[in-house]
Amino acid sequence: MPDTRVAIVDCGGANLASLSNALDRLGAVSVLTHDAAIIRNAQHVILPGVGAAADAMQKLASHRLIEVIANLSQPVLGICLGMQLLAEASAEDQSTCLGIVPAVAQRLPASLDMPVPNMGWCKVHQHQNHELFAEIDDGSYFYFVHSFVLAEGGYTLATADHAAPFTAVLARNNFFATQFHPERSAAAGARLLRNFLRIRR
Amino acid sequence: MQFRDHRVVGDILELAENYCQAGADELVFYDISASPDDRTVDRSWVSRVAALIDIPFCVAGGIRTVEAAEDILRRGADKISINSPALENPPLISELAKRFGSQCVVLGVDSRRIDETWKVYQYTGDIQRIAATDRLTKEWIVEAQQRGAGEIVLNCMNSDGVRNGYDIEQLAGIRTNCTVPLVASGGAGCKQDFAEVFERTGVSAALAASVFHSGDITIPDLKYFLRRSGIEVRL
Repeated sequence: MPDTRVAIVDCGGANLASLSNALDRLGAVSVLTHDAAIIRNAQHVILPGVGAAADAMQKLASHRLIEVIANLSQPVLGICLGMQLLAEASAEDQSTCLGIVPAVAQRLPASLDMPVPNMGWCKVHQHQNHELFAEIDDGSYFYFVHSFVLAEGGYTLATADHAAPFTAVLARNNFFATQFHPERSAAAGARLLRNFLRIRR
Repeated sequence: MQFRDHRVVGDILELAENYCQAGADELVFYDISASPDDRTVDRSWVSRVAALIDIPFCVAGGIRTVEAAEDILRRGADKISINSPALENPPLISELAKRFGSQCVVLGVDSRRIDETWKVYQYTGDIQRIAATDRLTKEWIVEAQQRGAGEIVLNCMNSDGVRNGYDIEQLAGIRTNCTVPLVASGGAGCKQDFAEVFERTGVSAALAASVFHSGDITIPDLKYFLRRSGIEVRL
């Protein structure tokens, strides 16, 4: 896919190199940017995010990107915090988010059996066939690092389990998201990113 | 994987790629060449590892400032691990957690049994400086979580290097004081040791170096063994 131009939305966070590395390995041309014109014109947009929801929303607001992202019509992939930013709000600092997915991100309950952050490889259960899952076995493992989740809803394509099932992959019109990090999820993650890049507007 | 500065980076890359392809779930690099006083320390190897592998990796060693951590994370590492610098300056844990999120901040703890309790050791990488601190292991681990550590790697010094199994008693005891993931370190000698630490302590992961470097245990073989033992692992 040498012509794929991917805009990675810069909403803060220090460790975005692994995402651009993963896209490089797929032969995709990506750029990290907060420029509205570049984002609007990209074939694919990725909303990454490591850190706190409030910080990321503030960063998007400061670059006047909130409306820009909400109005995108090309395929958009939220990753980890990027998934939570697609929700209406997050319980993390009571942040208002982009409002694309009708859900509110909630904190995972911590217990002795179930440490939080949920950090590690978890099985992902596919609830329906979807082009994002092409050539990915149901029950494949993906790498998660997170403390907040979206509950299951009409938007849920796949779940993983912590104390209870939560949304691992979602779709809403042209917006897609994964709670896990495909860029750090070995072969299964690379396939999911490749499948996303094959989705056309 | 532990290395010194005379070791060629190419070796590190080849090793990292091999472990990644063998099915390792995470790699930890102990960069013991990193000097706290040397501001020009060359961390380009982190970028090269990040470009090569597609599993998470953590960098440990000599990280004393937010700036050093930022450099490493910006180059593509997923986590940074601090040990002696956190003992010298406990607020560093909170500064790192606030800036990068708890999920990036791993606390390494070197712990040794003294009479009926366990105490934290410092500067274990340097035979001239290694020393017991006044801190009890359990108290330090509780404090570090309150300060924002998102993962604890407990290196049990009594079992480290002996290849006689993980320190089950200590790990099980510390586990009840952890609400963040606890990683077992020190003592793995055979496949059964890995099964035992998962079955008896509830740790989230087990770390080992020498048994893999020596080739005594291969990762695919270990993972099939664990799966057959009823332990959930990614194959």
